[in-house]
Amino acid sequence: MYRTKIMFLTFTILALTTTSGIAEAKTEFNFWYGLKGYLGKQVAQVCDRFNASQDNYLIVCTGKGSYDQALQASIAAYRAKKHPHIMQGVDSSTATIMMSGAIYPAYQLMSDTGYNVDWDDYIGSIMNYYASSDGKLYSFPFNSSTPVMYYNADMYEKAGISGPAKTWDQFEEDLRSLKNAGIECPIAFSFYTWVHLDQYHYMHNEPISTRNNGFDGLDAELMFNKTSYVNHIKRLKRWHDEKLGSYAKNLFGIGTRESFATGKCGHYFGSIASHGTVLKTAKMQWNVAFVPHNKGTKPNNTVVGGSSLWAMKGFSNEEYKGVAAFFNFLRSHESQEFWSTVTGYVPVTKSAYDSLIAKGFYAKKEFAGREVAIESLTRTPPKPLSRGVRLGNYRQIKKILDEELEKMLMGKKSVQDALDNAVKRGNLQLRRFEKQYKGKSLP
Amino acid sequence: MIKRVIFKNQRLPYLLILPELLIILVFFYWPSIQAIFWSLTLEPPFGGPAQWVGLDNFRELLDSEEYYSSAGVTLLFAFWTTLISMGSALILALFVDRVIRGLVAYRAILMWPYAIAAPAVAVAFQFIFQPGVGFFAFLNDIWPGIWDPSIDSYDALVMVIIAASWKSITYNFIFFLAGLQSIPKTFVEAAALDGADPIQRFFTIVFPLLSPTFFFLLVINVTDSFTEGFGIINVMTQGGPGGSTNILVYKLYQDGFIGLDLSSSSAQSVILMVLVILLTFIQFRWIERRIHYAE
Repeated sequence: MYRTKIMFLTFTILALTTTSGIAEAKTEFNFWYGLKGYLGKQVAQVCDRFNASQDNYLIVCTGKGSYDQALQASIAAYRAKKHPHIMQGVDSSTATIMMSGAIYPAYQLMSDTGYNVDWDDYIGSIMNYYASSDGKLYSFPFNSSTPVMYYNADMYEKAGISGPAKTWDQFEEDLRSLKNAGIECPIAFSFYTWVHLDQYHYMHNEPISTRNNGFDGLDAELMFNKTSYVNHIKRLKRWHDEKLGSYAKNLFGIGTRESFATGKCGHYFGSIASHGTVLKTAKMQWNVAFVPHNKGTKPNNTVVGGSSLWAMKGFSNEEYKGVAAFFNFLRSHESQEFWSTVTGYVPVTKSAYDSLIAKGFYAKKEFAGREVAIESLTRTPPKPLSRGVRLGNYRQIKKILDEELEKMLMGKKSVQDALDNAVKRGNLQLRRFEKQYKGKSLP
Repeated sequence: MIKRVIFKNQRLPYLLILPELLIILVFFYWPSIQAIFWSLTLEPPFGGPAQWVGLDNFRELLDSEEYYSSAGVTLLFAFWTTLISMGSALILALFVDRVIRGLVAYRAILMWPYAIAAPAVAVAFQFIFQPGVGFFAFLNDIWPGIWDPSIDSYDALVMVIIAASWKSITYNFIFFLAGLQSIPKTFVEAAALDGADPIQRFFTIVFPLLSPTFFFLLVINVTDSFTEGFGIINVMTQGGPGGSTNILVYKLYQDGFIGLDLSSSSAQSVILMVLVILLTFIQFRWIERRIHYAE
């Protein structure tokens, strides 16, 4: 009896220890993302594909709500030292995250873990946004998009417009033609700062702020109340006053995209990422084109929007090998093709884009038009003023600008006053950011 | 003689209140002290070394036009939601008090909204207030552009006030009804026999006897309206358009959680806390004197 007990115990112990030795534990690491709904499901798919593609590492992906919610969660977790290995940061939070001291720069991660990455393969206007001033990538571009003009081809036919306008002047003429042809809502518009502030300045080589849009130093000052942006906003106000379109802030889930996709309004300016969404809803003939530029200017490239993935500090080398493997997986042509197929986002490397063209991806009906986004991104090589912005508290600054423009639209102040006040309040935000990181500088 | 509860065991009373004290310590005192520290520094979002700036955060806030306009919106919001919800609740309670048949049914129906969470209320009201689709679309057909909370600041404020008041009406109703039903009917009947009309009866007998309930609800409503509006505004207007529904508590959230400016947000919390404490103190000091408590 006693002997059997001992034997039983010994066997159990041996069995447990040996089996755990044979089944190698995969190195686990966490990724918190901020995409919801359909896009969130696609991110989960990307993670599954990574896990299926190899045996050494296991990525655990958790959706944390919207970009803001995911960032808040990551920040709170970092303060409690319970943060994920990879976090997703929206483009406008780049400066804040870069200065945080909480991240492991991408270029360093890849070289430390022994990966040889061809950084030049990344599309310039995508990579520069997330790179240091000397061109070293700090975070991996993940879901990258750029704005395009969506137009209702049926309405064009009705009004006798031959093709999408290339200049803003021509575009305004088109709006008038549509109105005269009896179309009630030629455009659903809002002051969408990503398009009308950011991309407008990049395209026209004008500065949003001094110090090359903040890339050269934390002491940048906003300048958009002195550029041709003032006239552009006056233009938008004209559309509103002449009822050439309807102002459609995203109230109650009905924004400019929905107004366009339901066929109600003739145009909207939005991200190429919505291409798939519009495709599902729209019942009319439609297409996308470049965002117009001012007459007499040669437009620059547009810049990426979306978000990037940041590796966070505080983990073991083994775990970082897994993180690097994941980033490497994301770079593969196959993964980029998957992502470009299920979402409207664009590939981030030139070679992936070329391979998609070779495969006839953009010739297919569902994806036709998406190449406009890449062409817009690569129209010119990125210049100092078309690299993006590197301004702290940029999210706040945009919210302030939105608020001032809304007040302007309500008739409470003039365009110049609204922009002057936005610059004044925005500069306070920049100074706060600078003070917070006194003595430090941007990478 | 006033009856007092005497504990034989010296330690038992302290043990009994210990859980509540712990909760208040962890969920009120600790965050408040943390907020006070953060409001005196420039706290980076991810943590790390913080710059000491003393009262600069407060100074910047009190220098900014937007903070005052936010305070103004908050006062308007607090005033109107309190007035509408307490007024409507009182009228409803007076009516229900006179009902003989179906009292239980009326009471139940009028209490249900209390169980609904603020965001759910906001979503429902969103549909009603939609300029293009809801009830107001009908008005917009007749007078185009008369209702558009996405551009018109008055429309937006009216919308959130109505949605927030609706939710509080039930809470006040329950208390008012209980208060009214505890007034002895003999007083009112005697006054009626003496020839007093309903209005006179209300102001001379019912209202004074109802005043403890009224005072309690006033304090609760005013303090709540400073913070309860958050759920509604977060879903419906996000402080817009043009900052016209940016009440103090929402501005605090927006600056701290979305703008990641933890220090300014903490300073705003501290100011808001002081404001509410002050308001409650004022109410107790000046109004409570006039309340007639039953012996």
